[in-house]
Amino acid sequence: MGATGLLVILEVAGRTGVIDTGFLPLVSTVLARAAELAVDGEFLTHGLASMEAWFWALVVTIAVAVPAGLLLGVVRPVESATRPLIEFLRPIPSVALIPLAILLFQNPMHMRMSVAVYAATWPVLINTIYGVRDVDPLAKETLRSFGFGPGTVVMRVVLPSAAPFIATGVRLAASVAIILVVTAEVVAGGISGVGVFINTAGSGNRVDLMIAATAWVGLFGIAVNALLVAAEKRVFRWHHNRLAGVS
Amino acid sequence: MLELVDLTHRYGTYHAIDRINLTVKQGEVVCVVGPSGCGKSTLLRSIAGLIKPTGGAVLLDGRPVESTPDNLAVVFQDYSRSLYPWLSALANVGLPLRRRGMSRKARDEAAMAALTEVGLGAAAGKFPWEMSGGMQQRVSIARALAYRPSLLLMDEPFGSVDAQTREELEDLVLRVCAHHGMTILLITHDVDESVYVGDRVVVLSKAPGHVVGDLTVDLPGPRDQIRTRELDAFVKLRADVGRMVRGMSARRFDNGMTHEVETR
Repeated sequence: MGATGLLVILEVAGRTGVIDTGFLPLVSTVLARAAELAVDGEFLTHGLASMEAWFWALVVTIAVAVPAGLLLGVVRPVESATRPLIEFLRPIPSVALIPLAILLFQNPMHMRMSVAVYAATWPVLINTIYGVRDVDPLAKETLRSFGFGPGTVVMRVVLPSAAPFIATGVRLAASVAIILVVTAEVVAGGISGVGVFINTAGSGNRVDLMIAATAWVGLFGIAVNALLVAAEKRVFRWHHNRLAGVS
Repeated sequence: MLELVDLTHRYGTYHAIDRINLTVKQGEVVCVVGPSGCGKSTLLRSIAGLIKPTGGAVLLDGRPVESTPDNLAVVFQDYSRSLYPWLSALANVGLPLRRRGMSRKARDEAAMAALTEVGLGAAAGKFPWEMSGGMQQRVSIARALAYRPSLLLMDEPFGSVDAQTREELEDLVLRVCAHHGMTILLITHDVDESVYVGDRVVVLSKAPGHVVGDLTVDLPGPRDQIRTRELDAFVKLRADVGRMVRGMSARRFDNGMTHEVETR
């Protein structure tokens, strides 16, 4: 409701001349451009390139951060040994690493992925560590009392117990990865990617196209988030129902 | 089958149990009763190999327990924490059977049989959070039974359920364990329960816990919640155990010092 209201106000402001449409195009113009972009082959190619980088960045993030988080959460000495390194690396803005990534990776796809992986790793890593630490000791002790070793306890109790927390981390990481992929595209340029498209539109002074493309990025983010929330609710029904006090 | 020799455990400076000596014979139901903080759970965890006692030894079938033995199962008081909420009742019961090298089909069948035995055959597909507390504790009892341990350890297994469910579960455990010839060591703070369930009642003192009494419960079986509890012998035994538990936890204050006052 609030968003719709704001859009209506902007539209009225543009039509009545309060806002110069040369400066900020009409909402209706942007919406029309956005609709055109949805069937525009060139824009879709850019979009697919960004999604590809985003998807693989997320896959690499999960493959790296979940096992690392398990290790750090389960084996305390490893965690305390690596803590200074993590505390040093974590506050570094990933955007600041883009120039370095450009030097390190020739392939623009790899460059974008590397920056996105760097930024997306933290929420997954931190959530995994805390999820693993939060596992009820009695749940672990129960399995141990049946004579199972530490490996089985990790796979059968620690990982499933921590899974809802890990999933939340992945959801946060998915949003972060979108931001970083598009940022890297805008900053470093290249041949394809939504960020490249936005840059090109900007240099052609096509503010309407810039905003329309940006809106698609935002919508994609909302859709991914909603999808992951729904998946979490479904897969971790036991977790949500338990929290809601259903017994 | 189970022998404790001078079993002692300290957590740092806290002395939890002190030189406990106890022998449990095959097929016996032994209840360990004592005031809160008498190291009952420490005792159980030492027997299960979950903690390494700082002194003494636990012998199971003559061999010292160093890690968790194969032929032992534990039922904890806190069923809601010891059952896995992401697994159905059937999968919860079947999980430990992986240790037995059974096929998926064999595990499911054994789990189903155990659930049927505790009266939950129809609820096998339910998840723990869809069940009442009593049902959940039945599932954890079924899980222990399906594992076919020769020694079943129970840590206040009926402490978190209502009175009716408690009586039902007491009878269930007695019936099923007698049927399978299991040896049971049951830890409780409830004097009444210890006499009703046990063939023997072992009384621990408050921390550092040591054995202050070992009574044979000579009541006719099978036990019955009403008839057994009205027997003169039951009433007398309950009073004896009660005095021992009470006696060891009574305090007399004298010059700000706390002394143990033994009534026996």
